[in-house]
Amino acid sequence: MIDLPIVFTVLMGVAILAYVVLDGYDLGVGMLLPAADRDEQNRMVASIGPFWDANETWLVLGIGLLLVAFPVAHGEILGALYLPVAAMLVGLMLRGVAFELRIKAEGWHKELWNWLFWAGSTLASLSQGFMLGRYITGFEPGMGYWLFALIVAGGLCGGYVLLGATWLVLRTDGPLQAKAIAWGRWGLLWVALGVAMVSLVTPFASETVREKWFDFPRTLGLMVLPGATAAIWFWVWHCLGRSDWKPFAGAVAIYVLAFIGLAYSLFPYVVMDRLTIWDAAAHPSALVFMLVGTSIVLPFIVGYTIYAYRVFHGKVRGDYYE
Amino acid sequence: MDEALLLARWQFGLNIAFHILFPTITIGLAWLLVVFRVRYERTRDPAWLRTYKLWVKVFALSFAMGVVSGITMSFQFGTNWPGYMNKVGNVAGPLLAYEVLTAFFLEATFLGVMLFGMNRVSGRVHVASAIIVASGTTLSAFWILALNSWMQTPTGHVMEQGVLIAGSWLQVIFNPSFPFRLAHMLLASGITACFVVAGLSAWRLLRAPEDPSAQKTLRFATHVAAVLVPVQIVVGDFHGLNTLEHQPAKIAAVEALWKTQSGAPLTLFAIINEEKKRNEYAVEVPKALSIILKHDPDGLVLGLNHFGKDHPPVAPVFWSFRIMVGMGILMLVLAWYGTWKLRRAAAPSRLLLWCFAGFTFSGWIATLAGWMVTEIGRQPWLVTGILRTADAVGKASGAEIGASLTAYVLTYAALLISYMVVLTHLAGKGAQ
Repeated sequence: MIDLPIVFTVLMGVAILAYVVLDGYDLGVGMLLPAADRDEQNRMVASIGPFWDANETWLVLGIGLLLVAFPVAHGEILGALYLPVAAMLVGLMLRGVAFELRIKAEGWHKELWNWLFWAGSTLASLSQGFMLGRYITGFEPGMGYWLFALIVAGGLCGGYVLLGATWLVLRTDGPLQAKAIAWGRWGLLWVALGVAMVSLVTPFASETVREKWFDFPRTLGLMVLPGATAAIWFWVWHCLGRSDWKPFAGAVAIYVLAFIGLAYSLFPYVVMDRLTIWDAAAHPSALVFMLVGTSIVLPFIVGYTIYAYRVFHGKVRGDYYE
Repeated sequence: MDEALLLARWQFGLNIAFHILFPTITIGLAWLLVVFRVRYERTRDPAWLRTYKLWVKVFALSFAMGVVSGITMSFQFGTNWPGYMNKVGNVAGPLLAYEVLTAFFLEATFLGVMLFGMNRVSGRVHVASAIIVASGTTLSAFWILALNSWMQTPTGHVMEQGVLIAGSWLQVIFNPSFPFRLAHMLLASGITACFVVAGLSAWRLLRAPEDPSAQKTLRFATHVAAVLVPVQIVVGDFHGLNTLEHQPAKIAAVEALWKTQSGAPLTLFAIINEEKKRNEYAVEVPKALSIILKHDPDGLVLGLNHFGKDHPPVAPVFWSFRIMVGMGILMLVLAWYGTWKLRRAAAPSRLLLWCFAGFTFSGWIATLAGWMVTEIGRQPWLVTGILRTADAVGKASGAEIGASLTAYVLTYAALLISYMVVLTHLAGKGAQ
C-alpha cells in the first residue's frame, strides 16, 4: 500500500515549486517595470503575456491540493494568514487586470495601470514572502517572529527579481538585455543577502529547524545544499552577459535547492510543530479519487505547457496582439 | 447572528457575486469566438477576422477578471469557512481540484495561443485552440455546478467518524439537481454573452451605422438569443419543479407561502413581513400556485410553517426570483422583437439600437438574481441537511474581516468600473 499523504506532499510540493518559479519570473518582471523606458516596458510585459494565466494556475493547484489532501491544515494555515492572504490576492488582482487594461488604455490611464502593475506585483511578492516567514515559524506570535517574516518577505522579492531579470536576459536582446544583465547582478546580491539572513535566523527562530540542521555528523552531509547553492550563485554571476539561458537555469536551480532545504526543515509537518501530514490527511477515498485524476491529467498539463513555451520561444518583439 | 458570521457571509457573497459576472460572459463568449474564428477560416472575409480580434480582447479581459476573483475564492474557502472543509472537504475538495486539473490549465495555456499565437501556429491549430478554450470553460462550469448542486441536494456520501466521505463519486457528481442547474447556468451564460455582444455592437452602430463587423455580430447575437431565451424559460421551469421536489423550503420562500394549504394562491407582489410571518398588500392569483406546482387547482403546497425555523429569509429570495423572471421576460421580448426587425429592415432604428445598448449587461442582473435565489434559498444550510452556515465560519475577528472586506470592496468597485469603461471604449472604436 502506498503512503498517500507522502505522495500528496510531493505533489503539493511540486505544484508550489512550479508556482514559485513560474509566477516568480513574471512577478519579478512586474517589479522591474519602473526601471525600464516605455518601449522596453511593452516588451517586458509581452515576454510574459502568453504565460501568466497558466503560471498563476499552479497557485490554485497548490492550494487546491492542500485543501484536498490536508483539509484541516488548509483551514488552519489560511485562517492564521488571513490578512497577508487578502493582501496577496488584492496584489494578484491588480497585476492580473493591469495586464489587460494597460494595453487598452491611453495617456495617463496607461501610466496608472503600469504603476498598478508594478504595485500589484510587489504587493503579491511581499505578501508571499511574509506568509512563508510566518509559516516556517508556525505562526508564533511576538515581534521577533514578525520581523523574521519581514526579512523573508524582502528575500523572496529579491529572488523574484533575480528570476525576472534572468528571464528577460533569455527573452530579450539589445539595450533591454544589457539592462536585464545589470538587474540580474543586483538580484543576485539581494538573494545572497536574503538567503544568508534567512539561513542564519531560522535556526534561532525555530527549535525544530535547529535540531534538524545542527546534528553532527548529519550536518556535514547537509552542507552539500548550501555548498551547491553558493557554487551555482557564482556560476550565474559568471554566466550573466556570456549566455542567454544559463543565468535563468541557474536561478531556477537556486530556487530548487532552497526549496529542498525548506522541505527538509519542515517535514513531516504541514503546520509547523503542530500538524504532521498524517494528522492532517484527508480520507483515503478522497485521496485515491484525486490520485487517479492527477496521474492521468498532470502529464497532459506538462505536455501542453511545454508546447506553449515552444510556440512562443525566441526573442520578444514589440507587438502584443499579433 | 454574530458580527463575524455576518461579515464573513457578506465578504464571501460579494466575492462570489463579483466572480460569477465574468465566467457568465466567458463561457458563452468562448463559443461565440469559435463561431467567429471558424467563419473566418471558411470565408476568409476580413470582417470576420476583425470581429474575432475585437471579441477575443473582450474575452481576455473578462477571463483575467474571472481568474483573479476565482483565485480569491479558492482562498476564501479556507479563510472564511474552515468548518466547510473540515466537515465535507473529502467530497468538495476533489471536485474543486478536478476543475483546476482538467479545466483551468487547459483554458489558461491555450488562451495564450489564442491571443498571441495567430502568426505562430497554423490556422487549424489556432481554431483548435479556440475550441479547447471553449471546452475548458464549459468543463469548469461542469465541476463547479456539480459541487454547488451537491451542496443543494447532497447524495452519494456516507458519514464516517463525524466527517463526510464519498460513497459513490458518480452519485455525488450526478446528484438530483445537477443536470438542471448545469443546463440553466450554461444557457444563462450563452444568453448573457449574446446580450453583451449585441449591446456593444449596437453601441458601435449608433456611432458608425455602416460598420460591417458590428452589423454581423448584432444580427448573429440577437438570433442566438432569440433561440436560447425560450429554451431557458422551459429549462428554468424544470429546475423549479426539481427544487420543489428536493428543497421545498426554498420554493415556499420564493412564493412567500407562509402556511401549508391546498388551492394555494400565486403571490405576484407583496410586502413581506418576516416578523409577523405574513404578506401585506399582496396581489394574488387564486389557486394559481397549486396549478403551477402541482398541476391541480386544489393541490397541497407546503408552506414555510412546515419547516419550523429552518427556512431561508423570505424577502430576498422572493424579490430576487421576481427580478430574475422579470428580466428574462424583457430579454425574451427584446430578442424576438430585435430578430423580427433585423430580418425586415436593413438598417435597424436608433431606438432599437439604444434598447440593445441599454440591455448590454441585462444577463448579469438576471444571473445574479438567480444565484441569490438558489444560494440564499439554501440557508440556513451550507450543505442541505448536513452543515449549517453558522457552524462553518472561521475564527477571523470581525475587525480582520472588516478590514479585508473594505479592501475587496474598493478593489472590486474600481475593477468593475474600469472593466465596463474599457469594454464600452473598445466597442465604440469597433473592430479594426
